[in-house]
Amino acid sequence: MTTRRRGSERPSRRSFLGLAGAAAAGSFAARASAQTPGAIRDLGETPTEYGKPSPFEDSKRWSRAPDATASSSNTPLADLEGIVTPSGLHFERHHTGVPAIDPDTHRLTIHGLVDRPLVFTMDDLVRMSSVSRFHFIECSGNSAREWSPAGAPNVQLSHGLASCSEWTGVLLADLLDEVGVKPEASWVVAEGADAGLMSRSVPLERALDDVMIAYGQNGEAVRPEQGYPLRLLVPGCEGSISVKWLRRIEVAHMPSMARDETSKYTDLLPDGKARQFTLVMDAKSVITRPSGEQRLDGPGFCEIRGLAWSGRGTISRVEVSTDGGRSWADAEIEGPRHAKAFTRFRSPWRWDGGRHVLMSRATDDTGYVQPTLAALLEARGRSTIYHNNRIKAWEVQESGEVTNAEA
Amino acid sequence: MPVTHAADESELTGLGSEPTAEELGAAGYTVFPDGKGLPEGRGTVSEGRAIYQQFCAACHGRNAGGEDAAALVGGRDSLTSERPRKTVESYWPYATTLWDYIRRSMPYESPGSLSDDEIYAVVAHLLHLGGIVGEDAVLDRETLPKVEMPNRDGFVSDDRPDTGGE
Repeated sequence: MTTRRRGSERPSRRSFLGLAGAAAAGSFAARASAQTPGAIRDLGETPTEYGKPSPFEDSKRWSRAPDATASSSNTPLADLEGIVTPSGLHFERHHTGVPAIDPDTHRLTIHGLVDRPLVFTMDDLVRMSSVSRFHFIECSGNSAREWSPAGAPNVQLSHGLASCSEWTGVLLADLLDEVGVKPEASWVVAEGADAGLMSRSVPLERALDDVMIAYGQNGEAVRPEQGYPLRLLVPGCEGSISVKWLRRIEVAHMPSMARDETSKYTDLLPDGKARQFTLVMDAKSVITRPSGEQRLDGPGFCEIRGLAWSGRGTISRVEVSTDGGRSWADAEIEGPRHAKAFTRFRSPWRWDGGRHVLMSRATDDTGYVQPTLAALLEARGRSTIYHNNRIKAWEVQESGEVTNAEA
Repeated sequence: MPVTHAADESELTGLGSEPTAEELGAAGYTVFPDGKGLPEGRGTVSEGRAIYQQFCAACHGRNAGGEDAAALVGGRDSLTSERPRKTVESYWPYATTLWDYIRRSMPYESPGSLSDDEIYAVVAHLLHLGGIVGEDAVLDRETLPKVEMPNRDGFVSDDRPDTGGE
């Protein structure tokens, strides 16, 4: 049985979509064409200790302020297949930079309203009963540019502060059993070991549900940018509550009202009141292909693909429109459908060469339907920053260029 | 034959170690709106003015109106306007949050460098700039939680979903 090298038999997806990187794809084709039966063939590379993507691939995170320690970077969602975000492409958001932490000296202290405060080493935590679960993390500031009708020009900018991994770790409920939570407790306060000691409060009821203390990500240790060696993971909730570099959990009688749950990550409404502890990320979807700044090389078949997710449960339905929302058809949803995880949808499409506005609309298993921008603005006014889960539109032009479109 | 290697899932693992009081004290703490967690110490508005100019003004502006970093005062009554200005004065519901955040994260380039007294003083200065406490205010673990912030009642709980879909 021979292993076919992708790209030697057919154009790469990059040249198919006419993306930047066509030069790289071209040189790949040039080298591949030399590897033909009948010609003298070069031997390939030797094994490596830790593999990297092909040099012909150029997927990168995009950072709004690459030199700042208080910054973020976005996942290139258009480049991804399936539901897992490669760990090195998981979006970043840190407030005081990424600390370098030696796992041998790292400790997790759990104290406060408990029967027995305990300090856990990484070895202690790895010895405990573990779970591995697929969950998305989405910054609640994701899609902040989408409050304007046309939004951002590509899906990395419009939706790239969301990623999905298989996380491995311990259920916080198990750790809270070990310390014994006192009856008067109602919240837990998590603290990171970054320079700014990032802190958020989690309702105890949620902490006892599906919250994890994660040390594994996609089969290996959690990446430094994601909290190495240990992070909180609060499934389905805004990313900032999943405190990275987790060093301390205080069981408490009230939330701490930390800066990042009062000054930030609250949602100002037209009457001047602000919603607080808006933790859940509502159902959302976006078409990743074709999407903004891609180009179709010509009419013909082109599968529409995208991602959908909900912080309340599983995705039950995704509909796709190719006429700007006048008509909708159910997309195929790929299983298994994990709760609070990216879900891949696909819809066959034959581009006729005309202008088309593509949209997707997700429904979750609570019956919640992804809203339009107009519905969000009507409900919340124009002063909210976070939690924008509007329907996103892309427009395929007659030239094949794909642009952001008003919706 | 009984299975001897299985652990009873209802049993605790016994993993983790009990910290000494000293170790627990060194592990850190949280400050709560009711004052729990606030340490001993005190600071005045005038002490805070000097500390602010030395450590904070370069980023937040001489009068805390914001430069490279956020404005800390002003914006009162702007929350219903088209351009709401969310500052400590106009938006933050608890004065303890300011103390907690400065202790954790400020000054940005050297978090952890201010003493507890200095933090009380800077908080006093900022609250005075915002017209929330008087010139003669002395803040400590007793007085800080009693400070009434202008937007104390400005927050409501999450009542989403708030859209009906289409």
